[in-house]
Amino acid sequence: MTAPTISLHNTVWLTAALALIAAPHAERLPAWVMVLAATLALWRIYLGRARLELPRRPLLMVVVAGATAAVFLYYRTIFGRDAGVALLIVMLALKLLETRSQRDALLLIFLGYFLIITNFLYSQTIAAALYMLGCVWIITATMIGCNHTQLQQGYRNQLRTAGLMLAQSAPLMLVLFLFFPRTAGPLWGLPHDAHAGVSGLSDSMSPGNIANLSLSDAVAFRVEFKSAIPESRRMYWRGPVMWDLHGPTWNVGRYYFDEPKYQGLSAPVEYTVTLEPHNKPWLFALDLPGQVPPRAKMSGDLQLLATAPVNSRTRYEMKSYLEARFGADENPLALDRALRLPPASNPRTVEFARGLRQKHPDDKALIREVLAMFRNEKFYYTLSPPLLGEHAVDDFLFQTRSGFCEIYASSFAVLMRAAGIPARIVTGYQGGEFNPLGGYIIVRQADAHAWTEVWLPGEGWVRVDPTAAVSPLRIQSGIAAAVPRTDPLPLFARGAYPWLRQLRFTWDSLANNWNQWVLGYNPERQRWVLSRVGIDEATWHALAVVLIVATGLIMLALLPLMLRTLKARVNDPVKRAYLRFCSKLGRKGLPREPAEGPSAYAARLSRLRPELAPKVSAITRLYVALRYGAGGSTAALRELEQQVRQFSA
Amino acid sequence: MSSKKDRSPEGAQRIPGISPPDFISFHPGYVRLPLTAFQNTYAALKDYFYNWLFQLRGPQAGPIVLVQRRIFILPTRQGFVFAGVLALMLIGSINYGLSLGFVLTFLLVALSINAMVYTFRNLANLRISAARTRPVFVGEKAQFAVCIDNPGQADRFAIGLMRDKEESTFVDIPSRRAVFAGIAIPAVRRGLMRPGRLTLFTRFPLGLYYAWSYLELDAHCLVYPRPAPAGLPLPPAEPGAGTGMQHGQGREDFAGLRPYHAGDSPRHIAWKAAARGQGLLTKQFSGRADTELWLDWRHLPAQMDIEDKLSRLTRGVLDAHARGITFGLRIPGRTVALAGGEAQRDRCLEALALFGSEST
Repeated sequence: MTAPTISLHNTVWLTAALALIAAPHAERLPAWVMVLAATLALWRIYLGRARLELPRRPLLMVVVAGATAAVFLYYRTIFGRDAGVALLIVMLALKLLETRSQRDALLLIFLGYFLIITNFLYSQTIAAALYMLGCVWIITATMIGCNHTQLQQGYRNQLRTAGLMLAQSAPLMLVLFLFFPRTAGPLWGLPHDAHAGVSGLSDSMSPGNIANLSLSDAVAFRVEFKSAIPESRRMYWRGPVMWDLHGPTWNVGRYYFDEPKYQGLSAPVEYTVTLEPHNKPWLFALDLPGQVPPRAKMSGDLQLLATAPVNSRTRYEMKSYLEARFGADENPLALDRALRLPPASNPRTVEFARGLRQKHPDDKALIREVLAMFRNEKFYYTLSPPLLGEHAVDDFLFQTRSGFCEIYASSFAVLMRAAGIPARIVTGYQGGEFNPLGGYIIVRQADAHAWTEVWLPGEGWVRVDPTAAVSPLRIQSGIAAAVPRTDPLPLFARGAYPWLRQLRFTWDSLANNWNQWVLGYNPERQRWVLSRVGIDEATWHALAVVLIVATGLIMLALLPLMLRTLKARVNDPVKRAYLRFCSKLGRKGLPREPAEGPSAYAARLSRLRPELAPKVSAITRLYVALRYGAGGSTAALRELEQQVRQFSA
Repeated sequence: MSSKKDRSPEGAQRIPGISPPDFISFHPGYVRLPLTAFQNTYAALKDYFYNWLFQLRGPQAGPIVLVQRRIFILPTRQGFVFAGVLALMLIGSINYGLSLGFVLTFLLVALSINAMVYTFRNLANLRISAARTRPVFVGEKAQFAVCIDNPGQADRFAIGLMRDKEESTFVDIPSRRAVFAGIAIPAVRRGLMRPGRLTLFTRFPLGLYYAWSYLELDAHCLVYPRPAPAGLPLPPAEPGAGTGMQHGQGREDFAGLRPYHAGDSPRHIAWKAAARGQGLLTKQFSGRADTELWLDWRHLPAQMDIEDKLSRLTRGVLDAHARGITFGLRIPGRTVALAGGEAQRDRCLEALALFGSEST
């Protein structure tokens, strides 16, 4: 059999559906890929409209080779996530250009479904899901269109059938989603760029890093508290700890894993963190973290490090002590490291610190003096500071005097080290926003912060936040209150309009549920759901049984719905009653012949089964009177229905 | 099981798989190849299995209702490709931990399961009956028309009808309508031709499944022998039957006009009358004694092949009818008395078509 050719109508639908699916990739892929694909698609439509021959294979082969080479030259690989998607889009457009038959079209549609999934590699938000649902609908309608053999039935019909079929697929999809056995972690190594492009704190800190991060209103993590929510100014979410200064840049350096010794001084705070993927190992917790989540460890400076980079949304239970004493008997090697400064950098600062040391032999007095300087002299807290030179701290302290938290922390740490007080920088997040609808705290990238810890003999490591000295508002009310109004900040962070705030809380609450239940549906969640339906031991065997039973039940429920329109419907109640009477007799082996009238049938029945004669003739008389007589009454109809109901052959 | 077999009226004619159209008349030279006992048993078992599986009970009188037991369904090649794509999508979703990838994959899995019901539904509960077919000559195509009635509320789309996986025709059947689907089968042998097993099939709506039903309709088409090339002289008249008849000279007397019937020679249509708007009329000529013609088997050369003789006689019947003369036909075992007109032509052609089949 020769495959039927695809009509222009279907070609246009197919091209449009694929274009809609590929569209979100436009912002991630180089422009030439999209332009090439669009050109090829438009060429295909033009050839179809003008009824011209499609290009021959050798020409297409040349384009394939050229496109592959271009992708390789651009990405230096043809594997990987971005290169793979770029190649897939170009190949789809080329395949479109040689699509003649319905069979080719179906293959393209299958690849279209595959292209939808590649979009989820980049974005799995509610909006992306809704958009892709629309795409699935359209491409399924296209698939139906390609299977029509007659002249077009109109797009409405196609869309209606596709919508109905997809709606009827939803229950089964839900069951499969809930009960299909889930495994944690990838099956094989992912391409290196699989999780590129997520923002977050890193293992180094240069002036401007955190300020840049503050421009993003992306969610870093969400926290549900089991106990009372602490005050905003006490919420320091501990992340990477920086020890080593090189030029203007602080680095985490080597981790050390001495057993951290701490002593909680207040009742622990208990909470659950849902961390967005940031492709780094740090798990964030309130200072001071009092336990270690599963599949993570704690370094000697209280960094929580997951065993693998956090590539998927991760939920963990935590316990923290807001008041604690820790590191009083710190390793001397670590203290030595916390005093090191790069030689011949920031000479004015070092000199200034030595002067302070001579004035204040007491560590605490020295610290107070420095903080007072930040508070009382003309230091400014701003997101867009002037550029700093090679000796960044010198430039800041003695010239520009305006900057963001990282430069305050950096300057303070350099001053402390130069004065002989061990100091290090802690980065993380400060504060958070309470969502009254969801009852949880949202911590955004805009809440990123840097502060310092100094080591005092007999007390151990003590947190000192120089930003609090220069801008107490930052710590109490968040970044929007602290920076000048002219500084660029995400719209949401300002919180100027109450209704906008309300809308935003609703949306975030929705997004949180989406994250917890759709995107965060992992083996742990599945076990929890299964335990709710009474399956404590979630073996593959048990899941298979649940899946089969649930699928069977759903299909049983759906079948009558799908097949109900097959039988002819009898609208006339009189006829319906009579047909019921006939089928009762038919089941007893006395069916009505196709050409037999009611009276002839009754006569034959009376002859064959004389004992039925009175009832048969009564029903037939009623039927004939109602159907052929003038103006049947409702009472007569009820009578007929009743007689038929009571009749048995 | 055996009771089922007994119930079927024409158990001997059930042939599974691909089969040439059933002919009631077989050629005398038709010999079945000898088979070994094993092959015989295997073939019989296979027949039995196919007949049981596909409910083949020979041609059935009356309409066929496509109940669930009559409809079969299997994935198409595209269906298997789609399953492969879904497997890839599932593996991708697991590997990258894409929750929405799972959602999409499972939605499509559910969709493809539903598609099976939809494809079945597209065929279910249709009522199929055979329509009358017009006789054809060998070498022409027999047009078998099948009436497909959709009594339900749902429209049916892209329903195909085919024989032997050759060409197929597609129809759409709106709800509560009946639609005719025609299938053309080349007539290769004279006699009564049955359409054999027809397949009614559909891939709608997604093309992932192929649902089909075998139709063994009680339809047949009369196939006349292939007429010999025109221009050959008619066989000479039987001595004594006429008075030295002559033909082919156009000397018949015009006798009057009668309404046109299908099959009348265009040469006899009264075109002038038609031009006057009187409709199509056929000129009739008075049958003189010398225009009576016996087409007789015995007058053909004895060494001539049987089929060739039948072809010559067929040509004779057509020519005689075209001239509007009175003619009769004598073949072994059958004599058609002298008469004229269309009915006579059809009677003679039928006798020629069925020659030899009465004895088998």
